[in-house]
Parts: sequence; structure tokens; C-alpha cells
Amino acid sequence: MNIVEKILARASNKSKVSPDDVVFANVDKVMVHDVSGPGVIKVFDKLKKQGISVDKLWDSSKVWVAEDHFVPSAEKVSAENIVKLSNFTKQYGIEKHFKYGMGQYGICHTISHEEAMVMPGDVYVGGDSHTNTTGALGAFSCGLGHTDVAYVLLNGKIWFKVPETYYFRLNGKLPDHVMAKDFILKIIGDIGTDGGAYRTMQFGGSGIDEMSVQSRLTLCNMTTEAGAKNGIVEPDQKVIDYLTRRGATNLSLVKGDADAEYEKMFEYEGSEMEPVVAKPFSPENISIVRESPSVELDKCYIGSCTGAKYEDLEAAARILKGRKVKIRTEILPAAISIYRRAMENGLLKIFLDAGVTVGPPTCGACCGAHMGVLAKDEICISTTNRNFPGRMGHVESQTYLSSPLVAAASAVTGKITDPRDLK
Amino acid sequence: MKGNIIKYAQDNVDTDVIIPGQYLKVHDYAELATHAMEGLDPDFHSKVKEGDFILSGKNFGCGSSREHAPIALSYSGIKAVLALSFARIFYRNAVDGAFLLPIEIEQDAYDAISEGDEIDIDIATNEIKNLTKNQTYKMKPFSEIIGKIISAGGLFKYKPDQD
Repeated sequence: MNIVEKILARASNKSKVSPDDVVFANVDKVMVHDVSGPGVIKVFDKLKKQGISVDKLWDSSKVWVAEDHFVPSAEKVSAENIVKLSNFTKQYGIEKHFKYGMGQYGICHTISHEEAMVMPGDVYVGGDSHTNTTGALGAFSCGLGHTDVAYVLLNGKIWFKVPETYYFRLNGKLPDHVMAKDFILKIIGDIGTDGGAYRTMQFGGSGIDEMSVQSRLTLCNMTTEAGAKNGIVEPDQKVIDYLTRRGATNLSLVKGDADAEYEKMFEYEGSEMEPVVAKPFSPENISIVRESPSVELDKCYIGSCTGAKYEDLEAAARILKGRKVKIRTEILPAAISIYRRAMENGLLKIFLDAGVTVGPPTCGACCGAHMGVLAKDEICISTTNRNFPGRMGHVESQTYLSSPLVAAASAVTGKITDPRDLK
Repeated sequence: MKGNIIKYAQDNVDTDVIIPGQYLKVHDYAELATHAMEGLDPDFHSKVKEGDFILSGKNFGCGSSREHAPIALSYSGIKAVLALSFARIFYRNAVDGAFLLPIEIEQDAYDAISEGDEIDIDIATNEIKNLTKNQTYKMKPFSEIIGKIISAGGLFKYKPDQD
């Protein structure tokens, strides 16, 4: 069995599972945030009316709560959702609630690794599509809707069809000017936004072994944009070190068998990778930066679970140090812990000196919620994950998706720019 | 189950156009319905009728996990979406929450069915009848688990232990 089959077999008390088997998997951790939480509360209200008890969760210690989409509260409806969420965690005795304005908080998928909420081998589900992110820690991490999350909260398990697995092998390191974001965009460009549909996308090979945990998180995060059920990397010492530094203990590493089966193998050479952008209006609409049309940009957005981890901010800082931005640029660290490190290591000064607005952790404009949404005809380069029509604001605005290096270089020139071409 | 078709002849109708991100904070189902399809078809709300079906191409509902998407369509009156394929979270949200039927169709049905056609879907025989054009097409059958959850009326009414 491969790693995902092993995790799902263990979680459903079976000795073996194969693709297309339907299992009810016991869940190890579950997450809701300020959008899916109120959605779940609504489902609970409906269940109560049907006579189904919602008095007790299956295990409150396995539930954790994030505040990210509309925080700090954008207006009164989102303020009320935060109150609902706080009442919910109080009512059900959920202790792990990361509240804005009270120390550590941030985007759910960032908190999930920054706070070591997810362990290798876990079945982890969340009420958000980018829950896939923590597959980089060797977990089966999968996004679900409100009804499914409500079901998990009450029953501790959920059905899955065991997925087929596509294996993406990266041979050799990515060049310094190429980031994991470029690699995953390249893959999505090759297979399309439904290219991984219903499947696991697994990453391996010497290029992945060499890659930091944070880069692997970027890869798994955007398997969602290929339609995948989950993304995964087999855990190694780097994962142990990453989680141990964040307080985790007793880690055990699940790996696939030597004779594990994969539906399809894809090979990539690290040295051949180039900085790319995804042009409007799809993450599969890929173009190599040096071959891209010269587009005058209005904004640069460096944020989100995809593109505002510490490593992403560090990459932006390498470019912005001693330079000035030519277009409106926002940088929103994805969690308070990252914000703090950026402050301690001088990154915030570099950003402010460059003219950037530094904002609080939030999903913000990535999902068109607030904090810098786009006007009609505005063109933005963004380290986020989707560029569908209206994703970041007006339906006639445009978003180019890129790595933090390309985004920062483009902020400096006002045009889509390969970081190697900066003077 | 009979209904009339609203056709979006394109692939990748995503959750951002089905219900734009700014409405994610809204959890009033009727209010969500007033914004359904706003990113793609601002006239949708005024033209949709109770019992209508949507017809579209590949990868319908791709993007986010927002259950707002099937909810907004369902509370607009949409009883089924017929598409060449579906994104996975939209598909399972539609079924597990019993909001609408996601019907996978073949290319022949996609090409032949037009806006406004009256369609009769029979999930017992996996047949789609076009009453306007007097044609019949095959739908892809539901997998076993999906069929059972649909018959039960959603995930919470499905009892896996009785299988």
C-alpha cells in the first residue's frame, strides 16, 4: 500500500484498502474557521429540528478553531460570526481556539503547521478546501463542507473513497530563483484544474527531499487547484524537526511500502524549472515569466496560506531589501508567529522601507473578503492560490498568481518580472 | 423528476462565480440564493424557477469547499446540476447535505440539450429524457455509496451500520 492507503486502512480498522474502496475513516483532528464554523452551527440548528442530538461533540479535544477569513472583523455580519464561533467553542468545551487579538492566531492552514496541530499519519479534515496543505507533514489532510464537518464533529468519522494516486517526482533541487509555487503552478498547467480530480497527488524524489517543509506545504496546498482530494509527501527527519520545534512529541512516521502502487508517475527535472505566472482566469493558465506579455500592474498582494509563510516573506524581503515598490503592495504574514519572526529578523523594516503596507494575518483579499480587494479593471500579482473571475474583488479585475520572488520583483518594476532580471 | 434547463456552455464553473467570496459570511440560505451565480450570470436570480436544472461542462463547482455553493443553488430552486464532471467537494456537499442532485452526463447530452429544454431525470433507470426534443440520453450511474446517501436523504439519515 502507498502512504495514503496505509493511513486510511489504519483509520478504518482494515488490514488493507485499495483505490475505490469506500471506508468510514476515524478522524484524528478536525478544524473549523469563521466561515465553516457558523456554517456548521447552521447545520446543527437544522439537525436539532430533526430531533438529532447535538448536545455533545464526539471529542472536543480533537477539534480546533481558527479565525481567518473576515478578521479582524470586516463589518458587523463577520463580527457576529466571531461571536457565534466564541459561543460555540465555549458551549462545547473546545480549548484550541486561536482568537485574533489574543496572541497567536492566523490562517487556519498556517496555524495547523505553525502550532503542530497535525501529525504525520493523521486523518485530518477541515472545513476549508486548502486543508490539503498539511499533507506536507505526512498526514491525510482533506477539505470538507459544513455538513460533512458537522458529521465528523458528532460522529468522529467520515466516508472516503480511497483515492488513486498520481506521483510527481522532482529530480534534483529547484534553482534559487524558482520556488515550490512555480513547481506546483507548472504541474497544474500540465494536468489542468481537474487533472488531479478525486485523486491523491503525492510528491517525492531528490528535489522534494532537499526541499524545506514550508516549500512542501506550498505544493500540497495547491493540489486543491488541480482538484485533488489531498496532497502528500512522505514524512522525513525534516518533518520531525519542524514539528518538534513547535512542541510535538512522540511522532511516528508512516511511509508507503516498497511495492506501493501509483496510478501514474510524472517526472520533472529541478534544473529545468522556471519562474511562472498563472494568468487570469485560471490557475492552469501558465506562462513562463520571461515569455509573458508585458502587463502594467496596479497591485501586489503577498498573503494567504499559500504565499505568506515565513519562507515566503523571507523571499520577498530578499528582493525588496534596499528597493522601493512601484505599485501598491501589501504583505500579510499568515500567522502572528510569522509576523513576530519577521519583526525580530528585520523583515518588517525592509518591507516598510520599501513602501509596503504590512497587514495582520487574514485570508483578506485572497478570497475577495476585505483588506485590499480589487476594483474593476485592476490588475494584481498575488502569491495566493486562485484567480477565477471575481476571486479577489470585482468580477472584471484580474489576478496573476506567482511565487513571492516574482511578486516582489514585479512590485519593484510595476510589471511582471523574473527575479533574475531585476537591476 | 422534471425541470427546465439553464445552460452554461463552459467548463470549470467555479465556486467563486456560483457564490462570490464576499458572501461567505452570510449563513441565511434565502439571502445566499439571491446572490447565486452572480459572478457569471447576474440575471440568474430573476430567471431561475423552482425545479429548474443547470447544465454545464467539465469540473463544475471547482474551487472552494464552501457549502454556500450548493446551498445558494438549491435555495434558488435548482433541483439538479447536469455536468460532464464535478469537482469533488461540490459533489459531496450536494449529496451529503441533500441540497441537489449532481448528475454526470455524457457528451451527447451536453451537446444536445439546449437552454429551456424540459428534461425528465430518472435515477432508477439512469435515463435522461428530453421532453422538448423527444430524445433520451444515459446518465452515469451513481456509485454505490452516493446512491445510498441520496436514497436516505443525506449523510445524517444514512445508516452505514445497517449495510
